[in-house]
Amino acid sequence: MIDLQNLSVSIHDTPILQDVGLSIAPGQVIGLVGESGSGKSMTALAVMGLLPRGAKASGQIMFDGLDLNGLDDDALCSLRGRRISMIFQEPMTALNPVQTIGDQVAECARIHRTISRDGALRLAAEKLTRVGLPQDRVPLDRYPHELSGGQRQRVCIAMAIALHPDLLIADEPTTALDVTTQAQILDLLKELVAEEGMGLLLITHDLAVVAGMADRVAVMRKGKIVEQGETEILFRTMSHPYTRQLLEASNHAPAGIAQPSAAPLLQVNNAIRDYPLPRTRLLGPAPQFRAVDGVSFTLNKGESLGLVGESGCGKSTLSRAILGLEALQGGDILLNGDPISPDMDTARRAGLQVVFQDPYGSFNPRWKVEKLVAEPFHLLGARPEDWRDQVRQALAEVGLPGEAMTRYPHEFSGGQRQRIAIARALILRPELIVLDEAVSALDVSIRADILDLLADLQAKHGLAYLFISHDLGVVRNVTGRVLVMRAGQIVEEGETETVFTTPQHDYTRNLINAAPKIPPAWRTA
Amino acid sequence: MTRLPVQLWIGAALSTSLLAAVLISFLWTPYDVTTLNIAEKLKAPSASYLLGTDHFGRDLLSMLMEGGRISISVAVLAVGIGMGLGVPLGLMAAANRGSWLDEVIMRGNDLIFAFPSLVIAILITATFGPSATNAIIAIGIFNIPVFARVARGGALTIWTREFIMAAKVAGKGKIRISVEHILPNIANLLIVQGTIQFSLGILAEAGLSYVGLGAQPPTPSWGRMLADAQTMIYTTPRLAIAPGLAIVAMVLGLNLIGDGLRDLLDPRIRRARE
Repeated sequence: MIDLQNLSVSIHDTPILQDVGLSIAPGQVIGLVGESGSGKSMTALAVMGLLPRGAKASGQIMFDGLDLNGLDDDALCSLRGRRISMIFQEPMTALNPVQTIGDQVAECARIHRTISRDGALRLAAEKLTRVGLPQDRVPLDRYPHELSGGQRQRVCIAMAIALHPDLLIADEPTTALDVTTQAQILDLLKELVAEEGMGLLLITHDLAVVAGMADRVAVMRKGKIVEQGETEILFRTMSHPYTRQLLEASNHAPAGIAQPSAAPLLQVNNAIRDYPLPRTRLLGPAPQFRAVDGVSFTLNKGESLGLVGESGCGKSTLSRAILGLEALQGGDILLNGDPISPDMDTARRAGLQVVFQDPYGSFNPRWKVEKLVAEPFHLLGARPEDWRDQVRQALAEVGLPGEAMTRYPHEFSGGQRQRIAIARALILRPELIVLDEAVSALDVSIRADILDLLADLQAKHGLAYLFISHDLGVVRNVTGRVLVMRAGQIVEEGETETVFTTPQHDYTRNLINAAPKIPPAWRTA
Repeated sequence: MTRLPVQLWIGAALSTSLLAAVLISFLWTPYDVTTLNIAEKLKAPSASYLLGTDHFGRDLLSMLMEGGRISISVAVLAVGIGMGLGVPLGLMAAANRGSWLDEVIMRGNDLIFAFPSLVIAILITATFGPSATNAIIAIGIFNIPVFARVARGGALTIWTREFIMAAKVAGKGKIRISVEHILPNIANLLIVQGTIQFSLGILAEAGLSYVGLGAQPPTPSWGRMLADAQTMIYTTPRLAIAPGLAIVAMVLGLNLIGDGLRDLLDPRIRRARE
């Protein structure tokens, strides 16, 4: 139905896509896999005719015998939303926050068809029911902020399928969602493809997602498709080294998990953290939300402890309490037997550092790297005489050259920035580093490097890690013990392998089952 | 060495040449602006009077040079008052978001906003006597909530960033974080707002002088010159055009400087240009 031939795109003479060839038949799911910057989103935008300004496309985008490349904007507009539609990664920003979901789904119909407002709303209701948002539970007059992330993505899907498109492009549709929600959304997409007979171009960085979804897979790298074929055959043969590399990286386990000593480093005893909610009445106390509800655990010296849970389960709130940034409403947290609180002395604070998820947001963009890495020296009162040497040494430990010191954070790639963040966490030689989704935003190959680096540093300095993540695969590969958190409570705790192979709690079982997996049989070859 | 942005050069050229003319007026002007010479009134521009004379026979160029003193100093000082008090207040409010301090500061802001600024400025100058100093104070007070709001709004978004969390983990307090991390990251907002308020300051001074509550005769100011020229706008438009152009050039120059500084202060844009 759609057939890309020798599609090349360049932006201001920089080649972005080179000779991309891809075809999608009705009722077929094509997985397009690649790391960030590989050109997979650009391919989608080229099909939609939504390339950024300054981009030049050559080659052919045949859609039912019509070449989309070269069509004018009016012609493309009449196709977009009607015959080709798209869903995006971030359902919050893809929806208009001040319009009801009913209006947004109906709008698509009203643009392309002469249909009354009521008729369009009826159609919207039907489509929303189809994607699992029945009227009695989610009425049309809801606004996006009143829905959960998964529900918002369902609204986006309802908008995309409102007019029975022939081709649906889904650009990382589940990357921003929790694993259990991801599984539901993927199931829904699969059903829709089968029922409506549309083609689905599923763009993702996650090989496991395409393994369960796609009929055919194309692997993209640096603007070129390096390999494509039937999903199972592709996974079994892995003829291109890059595909193999991707798969290995996505499942990378650093050599050897550190053996912790028996001495406890961090003890959390019955920790309770309440947040005030917005007042519902003018006078009287604001209602409270209990984000962390009686959590207790111990982290030994030199240990890697995993903390997994879905968004909103309280894991980040717990991490802020452990870092001594927010006070507890009950229980206590001890580091080497000394209590942690927002007003603890600086020496105790020096034993704790953190690496965050977002490699872009975790640095002051106006500071140079040397100043950024040296920031924790504030805890010592004054920077030591040889602070520059210490910064250089810390950067060397994370594999960055000394000349990085005088540069600004935006000059580095995501992986390099995460190394800078680790250098900053390392500079005072803390005993515990909290890794709050520290590798979640990275591409798989870079993630593998960072995990290796963390393992090396742990072995060298006897660091303890609290590894907070929603990614079960990574936690399984790098931690010795794991805690599963849900709605503010720890529901399961134990040796990582034991928890993953024989989960005791229903919730843990759900989480593990929901995670997309490549069938083990495919890997034997 | 990084190349300076073009707009910075143009802006600097415009405003420094005006500023230089104004500064020279402290030492020398072609004619004395306080002596009237009715015989020479409304002379067209010539070699002896480069911009001609007004209806009292005063040299327009000399008046323009001296008039800039009041206009510029009123605007500079009023922006200084607004920034100097408003920015710390806004940073304080943002650092203590949701606390009573935040409420007190922001409701105080609302209170000032609730009154029409020019009316209050007239009230102040009427109560304490019309003078340039009182005009500065009056305009300056109304700049405080503007800067407080901009600073607080910008700061609130910066406070949610992860590098602020990293700074907290490094044991830094609210004041230090505000100065080291928040302020540099909202500097671009403040500079742009500063140039806007500066232009408004010049205009407000012109307005106050126009109704006779700013600079007092015989001291010229660009605003008073505009006001005086009003009656002769059809017969001698040059009298209004000269101070009008001076105001426009000054405001434009400062806006360009503001844009240039914003680019220069942002390492992301600075590197991109190299």
